[in-house]
Amino acid sequence: MDDRRLDRRLPARRRIYDRVLRGIIWGCAALCILLVVSLIGYILIRGLPHVTLQLLTSQESYLNDTIGILPSILNTLYIIIAALVIVLPLGVGAAVYLNEYAKSGPLVRVIEFTTETLAGIPSIIYGLVGMMFFCQLLSLKTSLLSGALTLVIMILPTIVRTTQESLKTVPESYREGALGLGATKWYMIRTIILPSCVDGIVTGCILAIGRIVGESAALLFTAGMGLKLLGGFFTAMGGSGATLSVALYIYAMERGKFDVAFAVAAVLMLIVLIVNFAAKRLGRRLKNNQ
Amino acid sequence: MKAKQNEKNTSRWRQLRRSLRAASERVMNLLFFLCGILAIGCVALISVYMVISGLPAIREIGLTDFLFGQVWASTAKEPQFGILPFILTSVWGTVGATVIGVPIGLMTAVFLSKIASRRLADKIRPAIDLLAGIPSVVYGLIGVSVLVPAIAAFFDLPKGTSLFAAILVLSVMILPSIISVSETALTAVPPEYEEASLALGATRIETIFKVSIPAAKSGIAAGVVLGIGRAVGEAMAVMMVAGNVANMPTLFGSVTFLTTAISKEMSYSSGLQRQALFSIALILFLFIMLINILLNVLLKKNTKGGR
Repeated sequence: MDDRRLDRRLPARRRIYDRVLRGIIWGCAALCILLVVSLIGYILIRGLPHVTLQLLTSQESYLNDTIGILPSILNTLYIIIAALVIVLPLGVGAAVYLNEYAKSGPLVRVIEFTTETLAGIPSIIYGLVGMMFFCQLLSLKTSLLSGALTLVIMILPTIVRTTQESLKTVPESYREGALGLGATKWYMIRTIILPSCVDGIVTGCILAIGRIVGESAALLFTAGMGLKLLGGFFTAMGGSGATLSVALYIYAMERGKFDVAFAVAAVLMLIVLIVNFAAKRLGRRLKNNQ
Repeated sequence: MKAKQNEKNTSRWRQLRRSLRAASERVMNLLFFLCGILAIGCVALISVYMVISGLPAIREIGLTDFLFGQVWASTAKEPQFGILPFILTSVWGTVGATVIGVPIGLMTAVFLSKIASRRLADKIRPAIDLLAGIPSVVYGLIGVSVLVPAIAAFFDLPKGTSLFAAILVLSVMILPSIISVSETALTAVPPEYEEASLALGATRIETIFKVSIPAAKSGIAAGVVLGIGRAVGEAMAVMMVAGNVANMPTLFGSVTFLTTAISKEMSYSSGLQRQALFSIALILFLFIMLINILLNVLLKKNTKGGR
């Protein structure tokens, strides 16, 4: 680097300024990396030894004095499925509307502003509104369904944004070709546009799963804190149960069982790692296709 | 005769199909439009609920008593609902997290965009993204099991749950948003600016601090505002480390944030107490909306100025 040679000829004051700031920059970057590594390392080292088969495959039993997190795992899975099934058509539809139907105007600007706003609202407020609207007004009670519906509003912006990104990469010539051959707009969207942006939609889903898995404040008052097995998908939707994140909170703060909490944290961390990795891979594939 | 009949049938059939297709076209058009305005509906729903449920208690308590009352005793015989402690705690907590988080985040963004080689930056960036993916309860768990005892031991306090612990946890949590937004803004600075500065004899570092950062300032500000939004709205991690006593904020005292005031009492509240919690949510919501609008303005300025 020429910087070095230049460095020697600089007056002392500027040289010190340069050195000190360079040191600070490297220090801060190193601190961030150290933080990531130590956080993840600490969770895995403290948590993984407590992740046993018995913990993963049973529910809590007072008789045997054992703790199992199978109900929470199932609840998390159910909520992910329900939320995605509901949000996918809505989010993809909104993105298609913004990208294919709407002409840019005040309406589009308002829609984009509100979508941004939704992404910025803290989850505790989602929890409150979900509790008042879904649990009380629609009398769904504190149930997995209420929780899933609350999360639908929360992850809507994620799905809309990623789908929109990937709709923008579909070449204009595809649209012109299809319309030129006499296809109607809906036919074109169904057969040409949507299939070519599947990657983007899947990326959105993965990001949404990441958010759902990590969410706790919005679910505390909508999906509840139950730790019992709820049975099959449809019966479970009506019952109240804690997802993994909420279960972590319960075990750590209300029961003081930090070993279990760290085991749940380790499981959560593994899920987050997988989700991040999958999203990265897909994102790269999306870029290559462009 | 029969052939003619057949032809008539098919033509009628064709017509039916055409009108069916036109109808489905119109239906889909409507459906997509409805999906499009769903976001508006959601924001409207949230705003309306926040205002409707938040106003009654404020009206009953009185706006000044509510906002500037220093005592929160919701379950006392003569309940008092002053949320000044919560507001100040949220403000101080956010300020503290920003003071710690922004310099570190900005320097890391500088490192990623200007100093590190491309390969090194590509290795570090996913790690930072991972920081954003860690659930807030996990931050809270580490805070309560590592940070809180450490603070208690280091500063010789009876209990480590404090505003200070919350500030530290929050400053780590806002790092990813600050880093990624600032990095984007720094990368978008036109290279000519930097080349001109280097050609005039400034060193790399001088160029970064006197040219690149000022040129990217509105983008960096957007990152900071995004971080502030996250810090104000965070509930679970803070609830686990802040101690949740309704004190006026002191650095090493047990405190309650706006968010934790809601989540702590919501499950067993009733009557005026419950309504007051909704009023707290309204105040929090107003804070967040202000931050959102500010963020929007900054981002718009950034896309205009970047070109």
